[in-house]
Amino acid sequence: MAGAGGGGNDVQWCFSQVKGAIDDDVAEADIISTVEFNHSGELLATGDKGGRVVIFQQELESKNQPQCRGEYNVYSTFQSHEPEFDYLKSLEIEEKINKIRWLPQKNAAQFLLSTNDKTIKLWKISERDKRPEGYNLKEEDGRYRDPTTVTTLRVPVFQPMDLMVEASPRRVFSNAHTYHINSISVNSDCETYLSADDLRINLWNLEITDRSFNIVDIKPANMEELTEVITAAEFHPNQCNTFVYSSSKGTIRLCDMRASALCDQHSKLFEEPEDPSNRSFFSEIISSISDVKFSHSGRYMMTRDYLSVKIWDLNMESRPVETYQVHEYLRSKLCSLYENDCIFDKFECCWNGNDSVVMTGSYNNFFRMFDRGYRQDVTLEASRESSKPRSVLKPRKVCTGGKRKKDEISVDSLDFNKKILHTAWHPQDNIIAVATTNNLYIFQDKL
Amino acid sequence: MSEEIEGTKTTEETLVNDQNEMDDKVISPEKVEEAKLKARYPNLGHKPGGSDLLRKRLTKGQKYFDSGDYNMAKAKVKNKQLPAATSEKSGGGEITGDHIPTPQDLPQRKPSLVASKLAG
Repeated sequence: MAGAGGGGNDVQWCFSQVKGAIDDDVAEADIISTVEFNHSGELLATGDKGGRVVIFQQELESKNQPQCRGEYNVYSTFQSHEPEFDYLKSLEIEEKINKIRWLPQKNAAQFLLSTNDKTIKLWKISERDKRPEGYNLKEEDGRYRDPTTVTTLRVPVFQPMDLMVEASPRRVFSNAHTYHINSISVNSDCETYLSADDLRINLWNLEITDRSFNIVDIKPANMEELTEVITAAEFHPNQCNTFVYSSSKGTIRLCDMRASALCDQHSKLFEEPEDPSNRSFFSEIISSISDVKFSHSGRYMMTRDYLSVKIWDLNMESRPVETYQVHEYLRSKLCSLYENDCIFDKFECCWNGNDSVVMTGSYNNFFRMFDRGYRQDVTLEASRESSKPRSVLKPRKVCTGGKRKKDEISVDSLDFNKKILHTAWHPQDNIIAVATTNNLYIFQDKL
Repeated sequence: MSEEIEGTKTTEETLVNDQNEMDDKVISPEKVEEAKLKARYPNLGHKPGGSDLLRKRLTKGQKYFDSGDYNMAKAKVKNKQLPAATSEKSGGGEITGDHIPTPQDLPQRKPSLVASKLAG
């Protein structure tokens, strides 16, 4: 069942489903801002700029069609965050959902954390498939009966009803971040989680909303001396005392909470040495890490900077063990990418279930997969043109200069407004969710 | 296409300093792009990457509503020195004009009442 081969020659990716409107006129609220599978892969959550969360559930595999994996259909949708205005600080607080993280399932209900720039919320999603009927004092429609007409007593019984999925906010964690939250990460202890903003990281207990512990603070005494900000943070998948955070300068710090209450001193510092003669105005900007993800094994971590994906062995701080170029051809376009702000786009990255393949997005609705074992990579496209059910995706190629071959696309023809920033890989199977600006594509391998 | 590259090289030769003496045949595309940027924006800060960018990032979402200005305007204070007050709070260099924003002026950020199209 585990994704063997991944992006290698033996795996062919097929279109499965696409969610969202077809029209080109995209309302800002519909821009997808986060995508996340739950721990079993049965549920897939998306968050958007309008503060809404949509959860899809995978249908059980049909016995009639063993060739197909179950489809994802809407399970629940709710408004997670609303826009706010902080009059005291003259700050507009966007309702955009920055991150969603699922809690491991402990009972019949599902729980997830969703966050905007300032507030994290714990949502409970539960099913209701029966209701009590036969009250003594109420009619079935809820109206109260005249007590004088009640002559006998009966015991209400539960009767089956159409499935109703309810989402309710169980905890609201607010007022702990002066700067904008970029990451949340649930600890393997399932009791705590961290939230990180540009300068600070806080540790919360899932049960307690009125206080949190500050575990990292990189705010300089004098803001003029500010040189770097925190860009992402994540807990180790099985060591509950370990977490990492990445910076805008391209470094990753690993911290151990057993060492001290305030983890300003890192236990490990991961940084690739830079050739000073290659340094340019853009060097620091493109080295800024936009995402950091531990492998499922916990042995490696992956970072995404503007042009590449790097795999680090936690035992080696001096340099990454693998580097994959996502779109190196953009290096000679940095000037225009700076002018149109694309150079600040924050791409995410993800691992497949057995850590053999990694995936990240690019422009023109392209996304890339790198097979670590077979040393192969592939570029695929999420587009309506290649969305016939079960049609195999054709690898795409960008032509960097000289003669453009047929079916290749030249760098200057790339649409930089079509960016794939968010992708997710099912925890066990070869099913991927790829978010374009306002559509969610689901692809799976050909069975 | 090749003419374009030669053109860029010429500009680049005049702007880049002696460092590239050793490898003047192989010029990093990044440095070429940097030269283009500096040619278009000569006043660009000399700190590469820059804490200016970081500070801009930290203050994202800042709107300017000053309750003091608002209340004074409500009290109809005449000949008020507006420019001094506004330039201080806007962090220098930004001209915010004479209009004093009121809570009604700030675009009402209403929550999306429409369901997500992904759920459609």
